[in-house]
Amino acid sequence: MTAAREVSEAAERRDVRNRWYLTAPALIIIMLAAIGPLFIMVVYSFLGKGDYGGVTAAFSTDAWFGVLLERDIFDDTLGFADAHMIIFWRSVRLAGVTTILTLLLGFPTAYFITTRPEKQRDIWLFLVTIPFWTNLLIRTFAIQELIRRDGIINNVLTGLGIVDEPLQMLNTDFAIGLGMVYVYLPLMVLPIYASMEKLDFRMVEAGYDLYAGRLAVLRRIIIPLVKPGIIAGSILVFIPALGAYVAPALLGGGRNMMISNLISLQFGQGRNWPLGAALSITLMAIVMVALLVYVRNASRSSARAH
Amino acid sequence: MTAATKPFIVNRMPGFGTMAIAVFLMLYLPISLLIIFSFNERESLAVWGGFSWRWYEAAWQNRDIKDAAFRSLWLAGFAATIATAAATLAAIATTRGKPFLGMTTVYAVINMPLMVPEIVTAVALLIFFAWIKVATGYTGAAYLVAAHAAFCVPFAYLPIRARLESMDATLEVAAADLYASPWQAFRRITLPLLWPGIIAGFMLAFVISLDDVVITEHIKSAGMETLPTYMLGQLRRSMSPEVNAVSAIFFLLSVVLVTFFFFLNRKK
Amino acid sequence: MVSAAAVEAKNVTKIFGVGQDGVRALDRVSVTIRENEFFTLLGPSGCGKTTLLRLIAGFDFPTEGEILLYGQDIAPLPPYKRPVNTVFQNYSLFPHMTVGQNIGFGLEMLGKPKAEVDARVTEMLRLVRMEELRNRKTSQISGGQQQRVALARALAPQPKVLLLDEPLSALDYKLRKDMQIELKRLQNETGITFIFVTHDQEEALTMSDRIAVMSKGHILQVGSPREIYDHPAERFVANFIGETNFLKGDVAGIAGGKADVRLAGGTAVAATLPEGFAPNGGVTVVIRPEHAQVAPAGGRATLNGTVENVVYFGTDTHIHLRLDEGGEFIVRQQNSRDRPVTVVQGDKAGVLIGDNVAQVLRD
Repeated sequence: MTAAREVSEAAERRDVRNRWYLTAPALIIIMLAAIGPLFIMVVYSFLGKGDYGGVTAAFSTDAWFGVLLERDIFDDTLGFADAHMIIFWRSVRLAGVTTILTLLLGFPTAYFITTRPEKQRDIWLFLVTIPFWTNLLIRTFAIQELIRRDGIINNVLTGLGIVDEPLQMLNTDFAIGLGMVYVYLPLMVLPIYASMEKLDFRMVEAGYDLYAGRLAVLRRIIIPLVKPGIIAGSILVFIPALGAYVAPALLGGGRNMMISNLISLQFGQGRNWPLGAALSITLMAIVMVALLVYVRNASRSSARAH
Repeated sequence: MTAATKPFIVNRMPGFGTMAIAVFLMLYLPISLLIIFSFNERESLAVWGGFSWRWYEAAWQNRDIKDAAFRSLWLAGFAATIATAAATLAAIATTRGKPFLGMTTVYAVINMPLMVPEIVTAVALLIFFAWIKVATGYTGAAYLVAAHAAFCVPFAYLPIRARLESMDATLEVAAADLYASPWQAFRRITLPLLWPGIIAGFMLAFVISLDDVVITEHIKSAGMETLPTYMLGQLRRSMSPEVNAVSAIFFLLSVVLVTFFFFLNRKK
Repeated sequence: MVSAAAVEAKNVTKIFGVGQDGVRALDRVSVTIRENEFFTLLGPSGCGKTTLLRLIAGFDFPTEGEILLYGQDIAPLPPYKRPVNTVFQNYSLFPHMTVGQNIGFGLEMLGKPKAEVDARVTEMLRLVRMEELRNRKTSQISGGQQQRVALARALAPQPKVLLLDEPLSALDYKLRKDMQIELKRLQNETGITFIFVTHDQEEALTMSDRIAVMSKGHILQVGSPREIYDHPAERFVANFIGETNFLKGDVAGIAGGKADVRLAGGTAVAATLPEGFAPNGGVTVVIRPEHAQVAPAGGRATLNGTVENVVYFGTDTHIHLRLDEGGEFIVRQQNSRDRPVTVVQGDKAGVLIGDNVAQVLRD
């Protein structure tokens, strides 16, 4: 009688082995050219810095101190690395503001699309998808054109006599924020729409039927039900915004850096690879915390839905 | 009509429509201006001086742009092909049959590149590739292909897996019942039904590769500019309507791709 | 005529999952299905009937036991090497192929020459009366037509056994009735052994040569539709198929396969015993509602009670009685012009039970 069991177990083992073979190419590519190198970077963050980039083969925690602290060049005392603090704070603040603004703009947009007649919906969705597929650099460039000193906005404003002098918009935090809102907006609209599309609008009717006003329906019925989409959209905007490289590079000028630009600098002119590695790991840690919060929220709201 | 006599429309939220229209204008205004001014006779991005193709001609004459564009396209083609092939196999392994031990790990690894910030991957690869360059002396394009293929895998994987999951798995069982061997069942049933997913995955991977600037910027060897890294270099220095022309063409390409993608996914 | 065994299951057990969480879908099931018969596995969802079908088809492996096809153990054969074909519950037609391509698929996979495949497809299309739809996509035909294509596809390779997994459940009532007759016709014409899985007792009773009633991974009773309906041996079988009255009683004596059962009210009935079952003491007796008649109270009546409810059903009327000794009894009386139902709620009435209608349960 064990013959039957043996046959079935052998078949199962064969199946599992074959499936490992099938996943192997994808796993190898990713381990080799995406994940594996992260481990090497962790090692690098504990080495000394080479004079012309690279590292020296000696254990050192200088890089990790360098993330937060800096040694005064005159009296050799340790102080907070103000420049780093400012950049970290700017990154977190701009990413946060971008997330909130895209949410404020994206939620009504998703709602608008959801409430269109079914045939029209595809067209509106299509219009959100096009920018999403358009090169990020080009979209950032479009904003740069718009707000430069001799750009269209300043031309119109001075032409109408609203301002005498062209406004300095480029190379400010405002410009970076504007660019990021523009670039990441589709990433907020699409997941909220995906959630909202599944919303049964008879529940909205039930809400009105039970004496809820528009605001109460929005607050007590619609928002809780599309919360998974809101959280997903927020994470999809916050994480790339935190690690934004192109927007600060093009819109912030050289001085208004964000974390990504600071990291990049260490591997270029800064010639401090260990510090760059340590900063990278710090950025990744922040992202992982944000993702953990997301996963916990997502599993909690899905647990509630069941 | 006064507010009091307006009928109550259940699905409407006051102000939302206006806001949405403003959002759509905001999404399209900057890019439209960019395209319009790519046809500007004058070398200005704000003052209109008449219609002209001169920036397109200038871009066409520019050797650097042509080289970079060509490199971008074949790089995206190569990387997307590798990523799509690997992702298709992985998607089949993770959607067919019973879940196996380690499957969550496979998911996590495949989706990992989506969660790591681009700059982190970029500098990690910079370190790793610098190492290999010293060890082997090789400085060719394989680094770019490998890096692009890796971050394209999760993008190719998503639509293929979605397609496999929405596909009725009993079709393959039915084929086996009708004497089709596993390979025949895959070739005659699974693959023809999976094609739209594979094409969608490839297109997504292709666009993602074409879009990348951060990773390429950090790992490219000298003389290995792609169109985005070339443009980034130009934009940092000075404005040039040539870049406008290239951007407009790029935008057109995305519109074509999205339209194609859209109809691919609609038609069921 | 005794036919050969087409499929034999010997002590088959199937456990899904492992250890403590394992679900025993089949528990030491043994059954023999004869050649050329229309055999039905009947039971509620989760009883293991579809699992048994999938084991025969080769989509799953038994945990223990063996399955023989014409005396040969088929455990080492993958589904694509077993001469059995399946009609799936949702048909599973290949959406990217035409009706004709679907029907020809099995033969093509068997490596038959194109001319033979074409001829056979034509023949099958004629068999299911769909000649004109050969080049249609499967998404362009109705549910009933899809059903026929699924049948033709499974019959085309001339399997030794055809497995049907609730194939009629997706059709509406009228179509289902037509297909029941159609299926029976196809089975007669092709002479292929049909193993049919359903949870619909009416379907099972109208089409089958024999029925196996299943519950919780066990086969409870195997027999012809008449045996199963008139002589249910188990409480579950009696309950699952048709409406039944259950009466408590004591065995007073056994003679010639019948028991003399003294009911709680004091009267006695002669009840058939399940094979090889000789109880003494308390037993349960079942009587189908249509096998009893309403009579004036007292006198010849076996049972006496009060009419609680009279429900009109068109073809017949159900009379619900509350028995004097406690418990409920339902009588189903066919409506006819000559013998209208005259009792009304609150009347005292008796019940007449014939000689051959009571059945003792094995429990």
